[in-house]
Amino acid sequence: MPAGSPVAIRCGGLHKRFVSRSSTVDAVNGLDLEVRSGECFGLLGPNGAGKTTTIEILEGLLAPTSGEVEVLGSRWESHPDELRQRIGISLQETRFAEKLSVRETLELFRSFYRRGLSPEEVLALVSLQEKSGAWVGKLSGGQRQRLAVACALIGDPELLFLDEPTTGLDPQSRRSLWDILRELRARGRTILVTTHYMDEAERLCDRVAIVDAGRVIALGSPAELVARLGGEHVVEFALDAAARAIGEAEYRALPGVSGVRLHPDGVALTVTEPHITVPALLERLQRERLALARLATRHVSLEDVFVELTGRNLRDEAASAA
Amino acid sequence: MSRIGPFRALLVSRLREFYREPEALFWVYGFPVLLAIGLGIAFRERPPEQVRIDVLVEAQAGRAAEDLRTLQADPLFQARACHGDECAQRLRLGRTDLVVVPGAQGLEFRFDPTRPESVLARARTEDALQRAAGRADPVKVEEHPVTQPGSRYIDFLIPGLLGMNLMGGGLWGIGFVLVDMRVRKLLKRLVATPMRRSDFLLAMMGSRILFMLPEVALLLAAGALLFHVRVQGSLLAVLAVALLGAVSFAGLGLFVACRAQKIETVSGLMNVVMLPMWLLSGIFFSSERFPAALQPAIQALPLTLLNEALRAVILEGASLSSQAIRLGGLALWGAVSFVLALRWFRWS
Repeated sequence: MPAGSPVAIRCGGLHKRFVSRSSTVDAVNGLDLEVRSGECFGLLGPNGAGKTTTIEILEGLLAPTSGEVEVLGSRWESHPDELRQRIGISLQETRFAEKLSVRETLELFRSFYRRGLSPEEVLALVSLQEKSGAWVGKLSGGQRQRLAVACALIGDPELLFLDEPTTGLDPQSRRSLWDILRELRARGRTILVTTHYMDEAERLCDRVAIVDAGRVIALGSPAELVARLGGEHVVEFALDAAARAIGEAEYRALPGVSGVRLHPDGVALTVTEPHITVPALLERLQRERLALARLATRHVSLEDVFVELTGRNLRDEAASAA
Repeated sequence: MSRIGPFRALLVSRLREFYREPEALFWVYGFPVLLAIGLGIAFRERPPEQVRIDVLVEAQAGRAAEDLRTLQADPLFQARACHGDECAQRLRLGRTDLVVVPGAQGLEFRFDPTRPESVLARARTEDALQRAAGRADPVKVEEHPVTQPGSRYIDFLIPGLLGMNLMGGGLWGIGFVLVDMRVRKLLKRLVATPMRRSDFLLAMMGSRILFMLPEVALLLAAGALLFHVRVQGSLLAVLAVALLGAVSFAGLGLFVACRAQKIETVSGLMNVVMLPMWLLSGIFFSSERFPAALQPAIQALPLTLLNEALRAVILEGASLSSQAIRLGGLALWGAVSFVLALRWFRWS
């Protein structure tokens, strides 16, 4: 991602308040963002963090309660038609007409744009050529999601908005969609993608903004964010249920440990060099005659960053909301 | 690929979705024709209806047998003998219209005076039995039966079904489809493109007009071929009235659907709008059967306006200009609902 390249999206002091009879919700609460041209930018956060509200404001589908939005150098109020011609959008969930074929759906969307790609070209981009004649109702979840991306691409947009493009897909479909997005990025398109999958953001995005409660709580490349934890690895283990607990300070005293998190179901240590920390940990437990129930080491992920920043576990929230 | 315009693309998509949906095709085209055929057969012209008479054969057996013979000889009667409780039972269940109880002095009639067929049976039976007993009628009466096309039930029915279909098509074909697209977030997805909203709404309207043409043709053809229902006015005038009806009810459909975010909501609203008109607007029977106090309201309903105009043009050969007030009222309904719908319309 070339630093100093022109800005594709800029928003500042973004607020969105939803008022209903029973409650008032500040879905977006003072959010600032800058997405550079040509980068793949991820909005990352749990369900209800305000990602979708934010992206819909940037897409010009929702008006902010207050704040500034500039997309491709223009404002929605002054150049709505021109902006619509230049961007492509995939909503969180769109169920296209079931009884139109894939090709017919794309022809319909193509008709709205002054310039753009042919249905064959976008079908090739999302590897859906063999489904060209199939009715949308007959597509699998992954194929429908690829069709949604194809519809977003049909106007050959400079800027692409994708709201949770892989939610609900099986691992293989997710991977194939990642390949499509990497390919698009390689062709110089700017992509703004929301996700609550950490691994997805790590694999796809040049830069990530972690959003929680309607504001950005961390911003940077996945590597930068991970580096903020002080270690690059996580040692996770659990003791036998019968074993007595060891205090947090004692773990912190082990060599190479930069962070300690105690969960109800185990302990996670952030470490710089697992090959030093793990033997020291084992020796310590042996001395105390404590038995291990499990032990694993892995690389630090954005998940750990999120937990570190918010004290909450992202996967649990995604699961409980799903 | 040469790019087609957005209006045409939207219209073609809508047409494809429609004709690929066999259920929709049936309800729009098949059902009204079947309904016309069914009702046309049920209410077809029949020989004068027989009245059903039971003669109690217990007390005065000889007299009863004689009366029974008299009645059975007349084709207007369907008479049978019955005994005791059976008579009362059959009368209560409506299996017979009248029970004749021969007595020593004269006759006793048992019937329910609130049932028109019983009252008819009573009059006819008395007539027949009195004449058989020797009554002389002082005035001679001749009968000339008159049954003409144009005054039959099926003639009344076909324009009513046409109106009903135009109403249902507009409300379901526009209202239901729009809410379905809103639920699917397809409306939101469309406004996220550079599509002009007016193109979209015009295409919906255009699709309604295209679907309407076979609808009208099929019903009129079924009426003409199966029941010899003749269009007295010009076909062009019928088409013009149908077109106005289709467009007005499309406007009403747009209005009903302008806010609803659930299929259940819009279905409920649709029934609230349509049910009174099914009942009041003279589809299956004349709206004049309702009390005079209700008439101004009933006559102002869009379906009443449409049905009356269709009947005037189809059955009486009326000109379009003679229906100007009704057509104007219908257009007003369409225009007002269209404007309000646009003001309140929710795309997401």
